[in-house]
Amino acid sequence: MQIFRYLLVFVLMSGPAANAAIDAYVFPSKDLRVRYYDLIEQLRCPQCLNTNLAGSDAMIAQDLRREVHRMILEGQTDAEILQFMHHRYGDFVLYKPRFNYSTWVLWLAPGMVFCVAMAGCIVMVRRRQGQRSVSLSDPDRQRLDQLLKDKA
Amino acid sequence: MIVDKRFLVPLLGFMLLVAVLALGFKLRDPHLLPSQMLNRSLPAFSLPRLGDPSKTWSEKDLYGKVSLLNVWATWCPSCVQEHPQLMRISREEDISVFGINYNDDTAKALAWLQRYGNPFQLNIADHDGQLAIDLGVYGAPETFLVDAKGVIRYRHVGVVDEHVWADIFAPMIAELNRQAGGS
Repeated sequence: MQIFRYLLVFVLMSGPAANAAIDAYVFPSKDLRVRYYDLIEQLRCPQCLNTNLAGSDAMIAQDLRREVHRMILEGQTDAEILQFMHHRYGDFVLYKPRFNYSTWVLWLAPGMVFCVAMAGCIVMVRRRQGQRSVSLSDPDRQRLDQLLKDKA
Repeated sequence: MIVDKRFLVPLLGFMLLVAVLALGFKLRDPHLLPSQMLNRSLPAFSLPRLGDPSKTWSEKDLYGKVSLLNVWATWCPSCVQEHPQLMRISREEDISVFGINYNDDTAKALAWLQRYGNPFQLNIADHDGQLAIDLGVYGAPETFLVDAKGVIRYRHVGVVDEHVWADIFAPMIAELNRQAGGS
């Protein structure tokens, strides 16, 4: 049972580690702090394939968090900060990518798949309704009656 | 066992999807971000010279000739691997080689250059990663090909080895020099 104790310790300790970024940035107001955490949540670390700035200890993530902090204190808007990042790191850095010629598939594919699936459903249902109204030919009906009679 | 062929349709669709995604990963390394900086001018900067912090370098110091702008650091193992090629380029090729010492320590950087040799005509001490961020850099080494007017023409993420040099950089530099000579 020793192993479970170790596992428990591991699980308890890995919680804080998952949110690796602990910077001691000071904000003059709570609003600015909220905006900061919101921004580093939605910006992707350029070096990591699927971690946001908030969750990464990569050097570039630390530098970019510092930049976000600086720009917030300078009074820049969220849109300006996102533009700053997009200008340098492209669509990759935004977890909610902008709609443009290289991302339209990403945005529209779910809708298109849904439409195709709906169309498929409608076609299938229609076809089944058609089948239901098909009646048996006379010889088939006689055979069916015969079979039912035999069974009884 | 007889299986209704219609049941194979979703399976085939799924296999197709897997194949497309696998191919996507195979053809393009997802670690390589497309550069936003292509055909943009170098960002303006004023940063201390490595080893001589009382003076600064600016983007204008890089103008005048086709150049390589190499992002390097002593904490970057691949930079050591790349280094002989940079030494060769600075010795043999008709091109300027500039360095950005990225998020590094001055003393360590100078010792590193002492040990391995210095291929750089000038070295920018970017120890907060300020210029690196403006260039869209996210690691080291990275190498930018900059034309005589300070416009970024190519960006290479990772080691510039002899193949990268021969296949990518050398033809592009020849083309840039031809254009500059023609106009």
